[in-house]
Amino acid sequence: MRQDTKMPTAEARDFATEGASPSGTGAIGAAISIRGLSHSYGDLQTIERLDLTVAAHGVLGLVGPSGCGKSTLLELIAGLQEPESGAIELGDARDPHGRLDRCAYMPQRDLLLPWLSAIDNAALALRNRGVRRAQARREAGSLFERFGLGGFESASPAELSGGMRQRVAFLRTLVAEKPVLALDEPFASLDAITRAEMQEWLAGALRADPRTVVLVTHDVEEALYLCDAVAVLSARPACVLEQLRAPSPRAANRNAAVTAQEFVTVRERAMRALREGASAT
Amino acid sequence: MKRWLLPTLLLAVLIGAWQIAASTGAIAEALHIESFLVPSPAEIAESLWQSRSLLAENAWVTVREVLFGFGCALVAGLGFAVAMHLFETLRLAFQPLIVASQTIPIFVIAPILVVWLGFGIGPTLAIIALICFFPITVNTLDGLGSVDVEATKMMRTLDASRRQILWRVEVPAALPYAFSGAKIAVAVAVIGAVFGELAASGAGLGRLIFQDMAQLQTARAFAAVVVLSAIAIGFFGLIALAERRVVTWR
Ligand SMILES: Nc1ncnc2c1ncn2[C@@H]1O[C@H](COP(=O)(O)OP(=O)(O)OP(=O)(O)O)[C@@H](O)[C@H]1O
Ligand SMILES: [Mg+2]
Repeated sequence: MRQDTKMPTAEARDFATEGASPSGTGAIGAAISIRGLSHSYGDLQTIERLDLTVAAHGVLGLVGPSGCGKSTLLELIAGLQEPESGAIELGDARDPHGRLDRCAYMPQRDLLLPWLSAIDNAALALRNRGVRRAQARREAGSLFERFGLGGFESASPAELSGGMRQRVAFLRTLVAEKPVLALDEPFASLDAITRAEMQEWLAGALRADPRTVVLVTHDVEEALYLCDAVAVLSARPACVLEQLRAPSPRAANRNAAVTAQEFVTVRERAMRALREGASAT
Repeated sequence: MKRWLLPTLLLAVLIGAWQIAASTGAIAEALHIESFLVPSPAEIAESLWQSRSLLAENAWVTVREVLFGFGCALVAGLGFAVAMHLFETLRLAFQPLIVASQTIPIFVIAPILVVWLGFGIGPTLAIIALICFFPITVNTLDGLGSVDVEATKMMRTLDASRRQILWRVEVPAALPYAFSGAKIAVAVAVIGAVFGELAASGAGLGRLIFQDMAQLQTARAFAAVVVLSAIAIGFFGLIALAERRVVTWR
């Protein structure tokens, strides 16, 4: 089941020229390697002997039936949980502490803290690391313009639209400067149009600032557009049914990319695998 | 505008009706009691004015008791809530005890406290603190636990320590709860003060009310009740004001 994902070429795209990552240190990323991973909640077996690899700066999509264990898998990768058996490596880190150190997790709902302004929400990771408030705001604020949030630095989360909240939440994840991002259905709560916009936006953000990403979604099209490869998971206990390579990851013209014949063919294959996986139980 | 107009209007109507019913003797007649036992609002107002220095003196005693008793409960309650939130052992051990503390009838404990703490402000403070402690602690504890587990996970992957999660996420989330608890507490604190003074104190509005009732000085007793209500409303208003200043995100 192992299949190496393609490295996105950072230099190919527009944003890439102006100092990509927040501190301007250049791209950071660590490869992910998961071998023979099993996990259960008590008697409930959620993941069974799962193997997955993601190259450094690769983007892997995870699709699978509801309740199959996708969120659990993300938490395992992020070091928020420990597997029953098997190994998870993020770069050279294997233990949960090391994984927590290398992975930032973006939960499904934006979960912006309502008592903090947009910029303070985005700067949370810096503040947690002991950076002074003014300095943290400066660092996080330098990204607001580029993420279409200019002028909303001091707005409270309640004053932002759904798409903006999601962008602030992503910014918060990005500012943590972790090599690995675990994104759990980041756009599930948005309407179709905003969602398409956000996908293009995220594609641009990842072109500018490549990270190793594991993206969980229910939307096969979203997965195939944003990711280098998409793993279709079986119903619980989850294992990889099929891994598909996306034809044109994060293409600048989303509309053209998702309507191309090749894309449609791969999408149909993924859908079929997904349906079979769901009906297998 | 409507916020003030409606309660004021209602109050005016009630007072007006009472004034008419009391001055015509309708209430006393209906209850088969002497009419001087049913003071009219006008008589109460007169008594408020005439006994203003006596009322103020006793009100100050009660205000101080409420302030100290409530303050002690606030500090202890917030501290306990945080400790119980952080340490499950403490929570399991103390939760039943805290509930049990609420079932202690004040009538019973007041005389015991007098024996233990002596006549004076001590027993009153203890009673106020005891009844204020419960709503503050329970509400704050609920608030600290109201945080989404996902938010905690998110904070952990953003390198937050346990302390940072407490201060940046759990404490702010608990603030509205703590304020609700404090508002309930301050209202019952005034009742606690009355009971405390009855059992253990020579001064205060509660003491005054019981004295006046015993001497059938009903107008002044009612005047003292009015002052007591004003104190409770004042404290409540102050806390509500502080809440509006602090909890700006609601
Ligand atoms: N903390 C927990 N304790 C016990 N069982 C859990 C816990 N979290 C999740 N589960 C169960 O484990 C299974 C997998 O949950 P998980 O959230 O990983 O699924 P998912 O694939 O993310 O689902 P969805 O697509 O609906 O988000 C589900 O059956 C769920 O009920
Ligand atoms: Mg999930």
